[in-house]
Amino acid sequence: MSTETDLLDFARGPALEAALIILVFGMFWRLVGVLVLRRPRDLSEPRVRHAWLGGIRTIFTRMWPRREFRPRILHWEAVSYVFHFSLALVILGLLPHILLIRDITGLSWPGLPTGVITFAAGVALISLLALLAHRATHPVLRQISNFDDYFSWLLVFTPLLTGLMAYYHLGGRYEDLLAVHMLSAELLLAWLPFSKLAHTVLFLFSRGVTGTIYSRRGAQT
Amino acid sequence: MDETILDAFRKNGLSRRAFLKFCAATASLLALPPAAAAAMAEKLATTLRPTVIYLSYQECTGCLESMTRSFSPTIEHLMFNNISLAFNDTLQAAAGEAAEAARKEAMRKAWGKYILIVDGAVPMGAGGAYCVAAGQSAVDDLRHAAQGAAAIIAVGTCAAFGGVPYAAPNPTGAVPVSEVVRDRPIINVSGCPPIPEVMTGVVVYYLSFGMPALDRQGRPLTFYGNTIHDRCYRRPFYDEGRFAHTFDDEGARNGWCLYELGCKGPVTYNACATLKWNQGTSFPIQSGHGCLGCSEPDFWDKGGFYRPLPAATGHWPRGEVLGGAALGGAVVGVGAAALARSRQQAAAAKSAKEVNSPPPKEDSHEH
Ligand code: SF4
Repeated sequence: MSTETDLLDFARGPALEAALIILVFGMFWRLVGVLVLRRPRDLSEPRVRHAWLGGIRTIFTRMWPRREFRPRILHWEAVSYVFHFSLALVILGLLPHILLIRDITGLSWPGLPTGVITFAAGVALISLLALLAHRATHPVLRQISNFDDYFSWLLVFTPLLTGLMAYYHLGGRYEDLLAVHMLSAELLLAWLPFSKLAHTVLFLFSRGVTGTIYSRRGAQT
Repeated sequence: MDETILDAFRKNGLSRRAFLKFCAATASLLALPPAAAAAMAEKLATTLRPTVIYLSYQECTGCLESMTRSFSPTIEHLMFNNISLAFNDTLQAAAGEAAEAARKEAMRKAWGKYILIVDGAVPMGAGGAYCVAAGQSAVDDLRHAAQGAAAIIAVGTCAAFGGVPYAAPNPTGAVPVSEVVRDRPIINVSGCPPIPEVMTGVVVYYLSFGMPALDRQGRPLTFYGNTIHDRCYRRPFYDEGRFAHTFDDEGARNGWCLYELGCKGPVTYNACATLKWNQGTSFPIQSGHGCLGCSEPDFWDKGGFYRPLPAATGHWPRGEVLGGAALGGAVVGVGAAALARSRQQAAAAKSAKEVNSPPPKEDSHEH
């Protein structure tokens, strides 16, 4: 019998399972693939004793732009931070999300009031729109953006939007919106390892490796 | 048979005033505007008491048990004043062949006009042999009875959506009424069981105004227009992020939201949170248990009553499957890196060869 909750059952069942498998498989593929790559041997004399410390430092120092660049990019950096923090709040603070994570990993933590979450989701959506406008209008950024950037943007935007719509029952019945929300988030999870969104995990390694190489050569990182 | 509903009221010693009061009470139960009570009274005063045939198939009689506890309008009220209940094998005194004969006679007389109430799913497996009464299978019985019905009210989740008999693995091939009968208007009054007042209310609504507005599951919007969650008195706790984590913790004692304990209120359409049960005394969430979602299709097969709504429904071994995916990904990653390495080496060897080999002729002039 076809039922209104069929789509939701699909989203909670096979679609979720498939998305998680692709996410884990893809993330390990990317990560191991990058880590096992051959790096040219650096024959120069190391300038510091523990270059890896420089690598770890770089993970943090790159979190904020250098003084020289600040006047030009600081405001966009701030918008990006606003987006990332509010997104993290939405993903990690909403109880239904926590329950899903607990169901899969066994880890759990207290949730936040839904008012805080919906506010954060709104902020995330607005900042995402601003970042898209910036990307589409900035002459350089436009040149270096490709399908990956725009599609990834869409896949982050959609779960946020459908999540809010589901919460406020806007534009459909709750179970349909919830199903669409879950399916869009699952698409995001499956796409994540193979796109620029893989930076969620890879940023640590790319910064660490760059920082290690530079500090070995005595460069400021 | 030609007596109107108002006549029946009078015959049973009830005044016109009592009749109007009944209409007003029913209209308010149906959340209709006061003017509708007058319209209802006008219609019912001239409406002939319709014949009602109540058939039960794969069911537990819980729906009828529930219906008999309706307080407004009461089942007695309904039976004595509003309808002529020609057949219900549980409530009637007659049994066996006499009962069957009475049913046939009532159906013949009211052919094309009677209201058919069905509770229970209909087994299609083994040629319908899993549910046979008086030598006739449920499916044949329903097909025949439906032909003479003006409308069908599928009472309970089994009749409306298949319910328990339909649950996996559905050994009897049970189906809901709507899969057997396709050419008659069907009103689905789901619930396991449905709220008594919803059942009697729907009957009175149908008598007064005809087919009610239905949702896409064929349920009257009056009663199934909102989710439990939207009308739940614990909703403020949900919004504040206060949840009971177990059935016996501080949250449970404080009456906080039961979402974490598997409450399906957010995706369940029913009137429990507003009409409540046992004359408005309480409803499951008020008694401390999450909503099971019993008025929704397939509520037995949704991954477990105590699994939170956002949790995955599939019972797959999480650790093994995801660990396997990680291992598979790592193997592919190593393979990809090995491939890249050998390409790098080949490229390095090639460039080394180029460096060592004598420069091509045309480039031999000095620079
Ligand atoms: S107890 Fe259930 S229906 Fe009530 S607010 Fe919590 S989740 Fe919603």
